[in-house]
Amino acid sequence: MPTSTLPGQGGTRDESASVGHQPAAGRPRLSLGRSAQGRQARAAWTLAAPFLALFLAFMLLPVVWSLLMSLTDTQSADLRTPLNVSFTGFDNYVRLFQDEQFVHALRNTAVFVVVGLPLTLAAGLAAAVALDRGIRRFRAVFRVGFYLPVITSIVAIAVVWKTLLEPRTGLVNTVLGWFGIDGPAWLADTRFALPVMILMAVWRNLGTVMIIMLAGLQSVPQSLMEAAELDGAGAWQRFWQVTFPLLRPALLLTAVTTGIGYLQFFDEPFVMTQGGPLDSTLSATMYAYQQFGNGNYDVASAAGYVIFVLIVALTVLQFRILRDKD
Amino acid sequence: MSTLSHPRTGHANTDRGLRLRRTRQTWGHPWLYLPLTGVLLLMIAPFLWMLSGAFKPEADIRQVPPVLIPTHPTLANFRELFGSLDFTSMFANSVIVALSVTAGNLIFCSMLGYALAKLEFRGRRGVFMLVMATLMVPGLVTFVPLYVLVANMNLTGSLLGLILPFLATPFGVFLMRQFISSLPDELIDAARVDGCSELAIFWKIILPLTKPALATLGIITFLGSWNNFLWPLVVAQNESQYTLPVGLALASSGQDFTRYGILLAGSVVVLLPVTIVFLLFQRHFVAGIATTGLK
Repeated sequence: MPTSTLPGQGGTRDESASVGHQPAAGRPRLSLGRSAQGRQARAAWTLAAPFLALFLAFMLLPVVWSLLMSLTDTQSADLRTPLNVSFTGFDNYVRLFQDEQFVHALRNTAVFVVVGLPLTLAAGLAAAVALDRGIRRFRAVFRVGFYLPVITSIVAIAVVWKTLLEPRTGLVNTVLGWFGIDGPAWLADTRFALPVMILMAVWRNLGTVMIIMLAGLQSVPQSLMEAAELDGAGAWQRFWQVTFPLLRPALLLTAVTTGIGYLQFFDEPFVMTQGGPLDSTLSATMYAYQQFGNGNYDVASAAGYVIFVLIVALTVLQFRILRDKD
Repeated sequence: MSTLSHPRTGHANTDRGLRLRRTRQTWGHPWLYLPLTGVLLLMIAPFLWMLSGAFKPEADIRQVPPVLIPTHPTLANFRELFGSLDFTSMFANSVIVALSVTAGNLIFCSMLGYALAKLEFRGRRGVFMLVMATLMVPGLVTFVPLYVLVANMNLTGSLLGLILPFLATPFGVFLMRQFISSLPDELIDAARVDGCSELAIFWKIILPLTKPALATLGIITFLGSWNNFLWPLVVAQNESQYTLPVGLALASSGQDFTRYGILLAGSVVVLLPVTIVFLLFQRHFVAGIATTGLK
């Protein structure tokens, strides 16, 4: 096991000599090590026990339970006796993919991820680089301002955006009106509702990416930058050749966490549109929630597992693309 | 004028070392301030609008052209909010739930985080993998059985149902383990030689050194719990259990939605505490993410 030697014992100059002088020294130390390890193991399980108990009850049990539910027909069963159901195999999954509404919800979710995620990462990275290298004054003001949307309650923010996007009296269309533009009904228009929500998500999440990227940028050694500059590398070259490779871990972290969040896109449509108009903002999670609300717990669980599989797939893909090549 | 502006932007100076030192004290790239200020305005515009609207009478909110500084400032929105929607009890619920969830995560996650980072025991790798694997599980997978579970425990009628499922989260373990791993082993070994018990090492040596990570986890957990919406919406059975986001969402989806002033005032009440917490502990937050997120 690594570092099982106590300090002071590993530094002996002549190990063989000390062993030779005290042939029995190895044994008591070994048994001491063993009981110490026993003590460590006991302490470890004592420390782990409260978390694991909660984890088992409120995480692991529900995960397994949900998988079982997705394979059963709970339509008719009483919830309080969850074992009294019939297994139907993958029927729920088959039904899901035959349901046009679910396929439509998956497509909306895909658009949300494929358009929203790169936009969020690019905006966050651009903001970080601008704040780190571009400007020298008022950095804190910009940083706090850009980060403010991240810490806000999505409900509160959705309420404000809803008033801003009100077709007739909202501020957005009022301002557009000054320029002679007749603004659309935004959230009530099937063409605009989803793009508006994607932009809202970018607006809300770019601060997270920015903060992590800023931390990453600060870990780029200044000497490396100066060396590259002396070698005649331009600003653009310096960024792509020196800075960007060092930002990979930060990019991977934000891509994975933001991606997981976007695949579960829920709060905005729930508060602002209820998935409408005409399902144009219905997400996979929103669909699952509606099924849950209708008492179709089995279908909701199956939809949850479909999202889970998508999350795993996206995460694996991101690791493949962004992992360090060493 | 022009001779002054050159060293400021740094273009005229040929000594690169000097230039780096000088630009640090000045503006950097002055042309960047305009677009950045534009983006900053976009980022905070909804907050300004919210603040402004919360203190305006209903008619003034729809005033054309809109005015940012209220011409007839009033507290009527807030008075009506706390009177009609029972916002005081919702506020209290939000505080109780967020503080309990935060305390639970700080205690339980740092305990397991320490064990996983520094203690030798069989099953360590297995426990870590298991906890990490669940980081990817979407909330909705556990949501349905969790609801059934909490309903079966008869907790849907109490705040405990809002708290229990979130007392220990995998993310917290990840964060604490990462941070504690970076503490030197020698410290722990030395304490062992001095006869310090394993649990005392955790309590007296590790925990005090872990303060920055605890601060980060505390803020993230508090914000997450304060803003949590879906779970309290479903579990809370009556108004006495509503948290602020639930109350606000229900108020905004009802017939009352035409009352902008109340909704904007409600948003201010929801956002103010977390904004203050964030501004106070901003430094910890950023430093914590920097040290834990990048390893």
